[in-house]
Amino acid sequence: MPNFIDRRLNPKDKSLGNRRRFLKRAREELKRAIKEHVKTGRIADVDAGHKVPMPQRGANEPTFQSARGSGDRQYILPGNKEYAQGDRIDKPPAGGGTGSSAGTGRDEDDFQFLLSREEVLDLFFEDLELPDMIKLSLKEAVAFKPRRAGFATSGSPTNINVGRTMRNSYGRRIALQRPSRKAVEALAEEIARLEAERNPDTIQRKRIEALRQQLDGLERRRRRIPYVDPVDIRFNRFERQPLPNAKAVMFCLMDVSSSMGEREKDLAKRFFVLLHLFLKRRYDRIDIVFIRHTDEAGEVDEDTFFYSPQSGGTVVSTALEEMHRIIQERYPAKEWNIYAAQASDGDNISRDSERCASLLNGALMRLCQYYAYVEIIDERETEIFGSTDNGTSLWRAYRTVDGEWPNFQMTRIARPSDIYPVFRKLFARQPTLQFRS
Amino acid sequence: MGKATTSKLLFQSSDWNFKTLSRAYDAIETIALDELGLDVYPNQLEIISSEQMLDAYSSVGMPLMYQHWSFGKRFVYEEHSYRKGHHGLAYELVINSNPCITYLMEENTMAMQTLVTAHAAFGHNHFFKNNYLFRQWTDASAILSYMEFAKKYIAKCEERHGTSAVEAVLDSAHALMDQGVFRYRRPPRLSSKKEQERARERLEYEEQTYSDLWRTLPRTTGRPNPEEAERDALERKKVLNLPEENLLYFLEKNSLTLEPWQRELLRIVRVIAQYFYPQRQTKVMNEGCATYVHYTIINRLFDQDKISEGALLEMLHSHSSVVFQPHFDDPRFSGLNPYALGFALMQEIERICNHPTSEDRDWFPQIAGSGQWRETLLDAWANHRDESFILQYLSPHLIRKFRLFLLTDQADEKYCEVASIHNERGYEAIRKALARSYDVGANQQDIQVVDVDLLGDRQLRLQHNIKNGILLEEKNRDATLRHIRHLWGYDVSLAGVDTETGDVRYECSTAQIGG
Repeated sequence: MPNFIDRRLNPKDKSLGNRRRFLKRAREELKRAIKEHVKTGRIADVDAGHKVPMPQRGANEPTFQSARGSGDRQYILPGNKEYAQGDRIDKPPAGGGTGSSAGTGRDEDDFQFLLSREEVLDLFFEDLELPDMIKLSLKEAVAFKPRRAGFATSGSPTNINVGRTMRNSYGRRIALQRPSRKAVEALAEEIARLEAERNPDTIQRKRIEALRQQLDGLERRRRRIPYVDPVDIRFNRFERQPLPNAKAVMFCLMDVSSSMGEREKDLAKRFFVLLHLFLKRRYDRIDIVFIRHTDEAGEVDEDTFFYSPQSGGTVVSTALEEMHRIIQERYPAKEWNIYAAQASDGDNISRDSERCASLLNGALMRLCQYYAYVEIIDERETEIFGSTDNGTSLWRAYRTVDGEWPNFQMTRIARPSDIYPVFRKLFARQPTLQFRS
Repeated sequence: MGKATTSKLLFQSSDWNFKTLSRAYDAIETIALDELGLDVYPNQLEIISSEQMLDAYSSVGMPLMYQHWSFGKRFVYEEHSYRKGHHGLAYELVINSNPCITYLMEENTMAMQTLVTAHAAFGHNHFFKNNYLFRQWTDASAILSYMEFAKKYIAKCEERHGTSAVEAVLDSAHALMDQGVFRYRRPPRLSSKKEQERARERLEYEEQTYSDLWRTLPRTTGRPNPEEAERDALERKKVLNLPEENLLYFLEKNSLTLEPWQRELLRIVRVIAQYFYPQRQTKVMNEGCATYVHYTIINRLFDQDKISEGALLEMLHSHSSVVFQPHFDDPRFSGLNPYALGFALMQEIERICNHPTSEDRDWFPQIAGSGQWRETLLDAWANHRDESFILQYLSPHLIRKFRLFLLTDQADEKYCEVASIHNERGYEAIRKALARSYDVGANQQDIQVVDVDLLGDRQLRLQHNIKNGILLEEKNRDATLRHIRHLWGYDVSLAGVDTETGDVRYECSTAQIGG
């Protein structure tokens, strides 16, 4: 009889540690591959598992190996059909190596490596964060979170730790020799048995008497030593752990007016999809407010924002006013970190751009932690505008804001491939800006 | 009556449970021990899932292994090709340990479990316990506890010195695994943990107290004459035990920069390399032995009415796909199949002993017609490795059956030449060439430490003995040299010397290629 062991229930993922080490090793290479992928594919695809080629650099294991095509070798092969001694067989053209390995030409190059969604996002959003996450002025005002901190002898009944309590009670009962129920019952049974006998003689009667006294003693003792005593009771103790105030809200402002063609809307949406993913991934407690505008602005939900069509004229300031209204209503700047990202093609009704600039300068920039403006432009326009200040009316107006506030950033996107670099630029981890007091 | 015969069956359905497994095991054991005369370590059969099998694959088939990224890479690779269906998983995996651990896949049918038990728990097990290479060069009873020690030790090092520091040493050590075995002398036995502890303490003490000032010989002054220089060099080599083929051993003992824990890591890698060295030298025999054993046992079980025809057919189907040998021009061809060759060799011995032809009587006068096939096989399994086994037992009949031919390939010619085929003139040459192709020592690149001047520039000089003009692949060579430099601490040079002519074919050093 051999020794059988069923290992199927052993903990899984024994090689997880190895996999993690390997990922770390190949990190740079994988990051590059994923970026390539995202550039060519749809941006929303970031949010999925990915296949990337097996990284070669940093993950090869060199050893001393024989060089192909050098020296004299001998091969023994099976299945001779027509060859006679002395026959000559032409070698395959150079580069193909020796003929015998032609049939197995599957090397590691065409091997794809499957990354999970989590791993992709981790690599993708590495080094990115919202700038200046914790309000300097609010650093002291903290929220509290209960954290387990051992046991206490007092507390509220809801926090009784039954396990602890019973353990204490058990120990005390043993120490004080509280008679167990079983012992009492055994005694009572013994008495009953003796009493049941018809003609008890004196010895038996004496015995019953003694037993009765013993039982009496036991019961008195049981009454005196309670099963659970207040001394036994233990409560779970909680400590209030201070948490830094990290309440944050992101405003996404998008122009959906008719001047925004399919292409512009698509680019803007891609940008926001990326932003949305990033926020969801990095910050578990962040509010996101979606505002879209034509000549009037409105707060919408996520689905409407990304998928529902709408068009009309353009009055950008309506969106800013809407944002301001929402801040006043729901997100007091004292408690919230406020971020905003705006995407537009830069077209605006005349003189409204100046109004936008003054809105920002006057009120919003004071409230916001960070404000990013992304302008979607035509590919041809990139050559005309380049990096000059010249541009649409909104762009020109925002230049003045840009000059005044360090927490304002503006940039242009012309192609899908610009989105990721611009996104990285806007949200690169940076030294804390010290601008609010 | 019909009822009585069915009740003799070990199992009826294809589902297995521990009761049927154990019944089958007992039946197999009886045949293996009593009829085949096998001698095995106690068996431990472990049921695992496919994922655990992949785990075992990636950690070179050891139940316990330290952590390293390369195992993660291998796991990803194996998993990928398994998922894609490029290859199936092995039905079993067996570990040369005492007790002998055999992994059985949970997906196997009962018939397959029977086959696999016969194959691994008796075939391989017997081979491990009796073959001289394993007996002399590995410690079956110590390996598991050693691996446990290694795993814990490396985890401790990672904690103390950081993962990347440990990884750097392991990377370099892995690069030299092929050059980390003793080929000609028996490696020291794996010592117990206590002894290792003591040895390490001694090492540390020696390191602390070593002082070059205590050298008593006065330095020679003036011009060193060539004779004296040569004598110095000889003296030096003698002290360091040069030339040394085991690079890992040399670096572990003599590296100038490694700390004690780093030396211990080299030692662990070296021990594992050494442990697997016999397996690489006996691939054909080991598989041949196991395949022959399972084939014999399942047939005997059928003869004894212990398995049904259906089960036998299932086993034979699996058996025949395992020993399938495609021809060289077949797209499925990927070299000689060790199972096919090994199994054919074992069957051939049985045939020669029992039913020899006149040709066999000429070639194998000792065993032909002796009828002692069992003794002959047991003896061969105990006392040969692939190279010597083929040289001894490859018969002309088998060469004809496989239609083997010998192809010579010279780098500077445009064609390969068929040097020998399966005819009277070719048998000897084919047998010799095939045997040599299984000589691991001869086929691996021979790289040795030849000299090091500890008092001068401290450059480590390696020599590559070029056999048959086969050079090293340069990119890998340079990368590996960098790893050696990392372990040695100073520059390393490598000279390729042709063993026939003595010419130096190339020279390179980490100073040129950039360490």
